[in-house]
Amino acid sequence: MKKQAYITLKLFATLGKFTPDSADNYPVEPGTSIRDLIAGLKIPEEKAKLIFIDGVKGELDSTLNGGERIGIFPPVGGG
Amino acid sequence: MKPDNGIKDRIRALSKKKELPDKTPYTGISVNDIIDLSGNFGISFREIEIAALEEEIIPERYVRNMKSFSATDQTTLLKSRITIVGLGGLGGVVTEILTRMGIGSLNLVDGDVFEESNLNRQYLCRENLISTPKTDAAEKRIKEINSSVTVRKHSEYINEENAEGIIGDSDTVIDCLDSLTGRFVLERASKKAGRRLVSAAVAGSYGHITTIFPEDPGLKLIYGDPENAPNKGAETSLGALSHCVSLVASLEASEAIKIILGKGSLLRNRLLVIDLNDNSFETMQLI
Repeated sequence: MKKQAYITLKLFATLGKFTPDSADNYPVEPGTSIRDLIAGLKIPEEKAKLIFIDGVKGELDSTLNGGERIGIFPPVGGG
Repeated sequence: MKPDNGIKDRIRALSKKKELPDKTPYTGISVNDIIDLSGNFGISFREIEIAALEEEIIPERYVRNMKSFSATDQTTLLKSRITIVGLGGLGGVVTEILTRMGIGSLNLVDGDVFEESNLNRQYLCRENLISTPKTDAAEKRIKEINSSVTVRKHSEYINEENAEGIIGDSDTVIDCLDSLTGRFVLERASKKAGRRLVSAAVAGSYGHITTIFPEDPGLKLIYGDPENAPNKGAETSLGALSHCVSLVASLEASEAIKIILGKGSLLRNRLLVIDLNDNSFETMQLI
């Protein structure tokens, strides 16, 4: 049986609608990439422009161990 | 014409010893006295305010800045030039704040006119100004607030051809645009001209802001490569709310003032991310 880990997930702006009920304690398998996470949440990859892992910019290929705080932003350009 | 000693004597004669609410003593000069001196001596308001500040006489309009800014700081602000690109939601508030703070020269860029949908958040927009150029409304507002501020208007959109010339002699540039394409054009020109750029964007109740020095990676850290970035973002579906726009614009003004004065810490290579739905404010590391 694979080990389970949990992350905190915050989806900003237009991505808010993809927020799962368990966003504060979202289960992931250790080693899951941000790309896999986004696909699992049904977020179009091109909409996930800006990714933060524990307050530091991450990439689609960044992997999760559990315990991280993840923030995902779409492009925002209004003025 | 520069103020000579005779004018400084008149400034001293008109100045009054006063106290702040906490009893701190200061010597001030009123706006009306500065208006009279400007008329009598044929010297600009700004030159008279600077001459007063050199004598540690504080123009009353800046007295509430006094505990945060020295007379020298206020003089530095009066001698500075800031370019504001975009006079919509962000730009209108930034213009208002920098005018009141006494930034001596504002270089304003926007080719647009006001429309009714601007009324919810754009401070310069009024019911009787629909179809009026935004630069004209901004100039009028600035002149009503602070006669020491010189305005240079560019009633055109920023593009690859005009950008560098427009921002050329500014101390700092503030990105108040509403398109990603325009933001990248402005960033390229700012880097080329060696100018520091404050950039912010909003959508609904969300916003973010960063400060970019010419040698910093800048916007590509936020939006990815310019070739692949869309022209518009989440704001096309979320719009923009007045309270969020005003808050983020205030942060832009704050960054610009800190850049000019060389004080405080800046959001270089960092992004302050705001979500008013849950009152979250977090500064993220971009590198």
